[in-house]
Amino acid sequence: MPYTPELRELIKVVEKTRPERVARKKRGEEFLSMSLDERDEILKKYHPDYRQEGRRALRVGVNKGYVIPDEFVDILEAWSRVEPDKVDLSEPDVETDVLIIGGGGAGTAAAILAEEQGARVVIATKLRHGDANTMMAEGGIQAATKTDKDSPYYHYLDVMGGGHFKCDPELVYTLVTQAPDVLQWLEGLGVMFSKYPDGRLQSIHGGGTSRKRMHYCGDVTGMEIMRTIRDEARNRANITVVEFAPAVELLLNEHGDCAGALLYNLETEEYIVVRAKSTILASGGAGRLHIQGFMTTNHYGATADGLVLGYRAGVEVSFLHTVQYHPTGAVYPEQVEGLLITEKFRGAGANLVNINGDQFVNEREPRDVESAACIRECLDRKLGVTTPTGRVGIWLDSPMIDILSGEGTVKREFPGKHILFQRHGIDISKEPMLVYPTLHYQNGGLKIDSGCRTSVPGLFVAGEVAGGIHGENRLMGNSLLDVVVFGRIAGRSAAIYARESSREGKLTLDHVRAYHRELKEAGVPADCVAPMLLPDYTDPEIRKKQLTSHYFGTLR
Amino acid sequence: MSVPEENKDSSTVEAPVAKKKGVPEGVGKLIPVYVMGKRYEVPETLTIMKAMEYAGFKFIRGCGCRGGICGACATVYRRAGDYRLRVGLACQTVVEPNMYLTQIPFYPANRASCDFSQLTSSPEEIFKLYPELFRCIACNLCTKACPMDVEVMDYIAALKQGNIARAATLSFNCIQCGLCASRCMGELPQYHIAQLARRIYGSKIAPQAEHLVEVAAAGSSGKYDAYLEALMKMSEEELRRLYQEREMEPEIAPEDWVPNNKEYL
Repeated sequence: MPYTPELRELIKVVEKTRPERVARKKRGEEFLSMSLDERDEILKKYHPDYRQEGRRALRVGVNKGYVIPDEFVDILEAWSRVEPDKVDLSEPDVETDVLIIGGGGAGTAAAILAEEQGARVVIATKLRHGDANTMMAEGGIQAATKTDKDSPYYHYLDVMGGGHFKCDPELVYTLVTQAPDVLQWLEGLGVMFSKYPDGRLQSIHGGGTSRKRMHYCGDVTGMEIMRTIRDEARNRANITVVEFAPAVELLLNEHGDCAGALLYNLETEEYIVVRAKSTILASGGAGRLHIQGFMTTNHYGATADGLVLGYRAGVEVSFLHTVQYHPTGAVYPEQVEGLLITEKFRGAGANLVNINGDQFVNEREPRDVESAACIRECLDRKLGVTTPTGRVGIWLDSPMIDILSGEGTVKREFPGKHILFQRHGIDISKEPMLVYPTLHYQNGGLKIDSGCRTSVPGLFVAGEVAGGIHGENRLMGNSLLDVVVFGRIAGRSAAIYARESSREGKLTLDHVRAYHRELKEAGVPADCVAPMLLPDYTDPEIRKKQLTSHYFGTLR
Repeated sequence: MSVPEENKDSSTVEAPVAKKKGVPEGVGKLIPVYVMGKRYEVPETLTIMKAMEYAGFKFIRGCGCRGGICGACATVYRRAGDYRLRVGLACQTVVEPNMYLTQIPFYPANRASCDFSQLTSSPEEIFKLYPELFRCIACNLCTKACPMDVEVMDYIAALKQGNIARAATLSFNCIQCGLCASRCMGELPQYHIAQLARRIYGSKIAPQAEHLVEVAAAGSSGKYDAYLEALMKMSEEELRRLYQEREMEPEIAPEDWVPNNKEYL
């Protein structure tokens, strides 16, 4: 839907202040960045992570007592989808060296590296191979590749500062030192990075970066990386992909080691027992839990399944008290609500402005700070713009980019977004976009060490489901990096473990039985099963008429 | 709502529909759409995907990123009274009154496997793996079927001429939904061929990033370890100080900008 006449009037206000803002940009005058103290203050007042309502303490498991958002507690304090006694583990349906749960960026990178170690690999994925948040990451991938102005030293400092100095130092070290190698690997596989004519990678700033180290492939960096590594995985004979088969429980063996998983065929509704010498959880994030009621940029399958599986098996979680809200999710037109508008727009020069056309925050603050400032502008200062459906947002002044860098820049640099808005009758090279913070990333997750190992032998974790790398807040361009860096490590570690350390033993779901007992003792009602697998967006009125949610007999 | 007589279509199936409920605010009035021939009333402002969910469908296939980039929700539709088949992504296309639609969540096109590391930059590699490339009769149905406005026929033509670079660039926005292949008279798997072209271009034709070689080597030789180990042991207070003091590359700085402090480079 194109802008309504009312919104067009408000756009004129933005157009009025634009020439002066462009002139300031050209002079290199930036809106003043906040000091660390100012950041703390605005976060405490306006960031959803600091709201006391909507969170509670976990009653069960290794992190009992840990206060996290209700939506996480709901799925962690839930029952298995299966009754353990009904599952026959004596004859596994599938046997493999390495089982990878999740077919996104981390899982796929892991598969390639595990295969290179000589392992037979099975990737089990809930939707199609490549249906993942990785595919949707637009902005880019950080790496200190330019030795005349950058080094892992500065990358490290930026990651730490962005994460409120709470990140796990070992994991950050691994992330920043492996980064250049990861880019080289991707280039070798054929990823089409945006380059200068001499081959030097183009790079720009992201929120919270001290050097321009965000590398990119147009505005579809994640898609380009995902489709390339997926293609490579498909070329490898020893990698088998099982689609539409999410894992619903991990399987342990009598030694307490992880030894595979129970999969669920979404189409035939059968359960499948997979025995593996080692297992990698790379199941992705949690946006579709709609934490604190926020709209999300995430993939349809981002329902935190891996957290549930890992937690039931006894792996600690960390940093789940924080969730990342991306400052700029679309709020207009309604059809694209929640859609990610990459930070790269701001990196390329677009201002964030309020209803008066005024800037209110530096465009390169870390994401949490930027989001808090947007929320303050709308809810506290009441200077947001209200859409016809009652959403509120602020302007992202994308037309500045064409003025700063030449006509056609928006169309060339942001082809994906340009065509998408065009379909709704909005030309983002001429008209600004309306945006508001949107649920974007699971900062925390299962605890790992720098080899992607967990407290359960034989269980490795990589990607968004892991926690600690980004502390309390991730910087842009570090998640694509994270999935490839730690995906590769997990693949290698798991294959070596499968070859050298795995122990044969009887498969068991005793950890699920024990978890059920704990739930019962804690008085948790048996009214919710997890993992959720898929969100439900059915109209509530229709849902009331869907009467066969529990049934026997031939009806599914 | 009843279908106006002029829009009635022979493929209409008048399924019994439960009496209507309230319409959520701000989504407009209800209009009829035909999902696989069966009539549902949905709010006029929703995308096909959200309209189907509104109607009670729960997707397993045919739904992915919900942001127009993953290619899971390719949809073919036709307006009542019109012969022309149109295409779109269910997550991006707004419903229209009396549209007949079906999703094509999977297309069984041929994908040729290869040992990519052994390939050269010669177009012959593509010809060998996908000889069907030359079955293209330039009918342009592929381009018409592309929901991303990719010039599909043009990149196929470029490949036939051996121009991998042009094919890679032209196909860059491909989301691999498979609609091109579904309409192809020559039965080409365009989207798989384009993937191969892009990978060959990215790794074997485009100028390589020489600076990566140098910096990756420096990293594995442990060049930065002393600095980093110091940071890893540092107190939060000290880290905060260094963080606050770090020199920022200006937003508008040219590519050859260098910092004053080069100690940690």
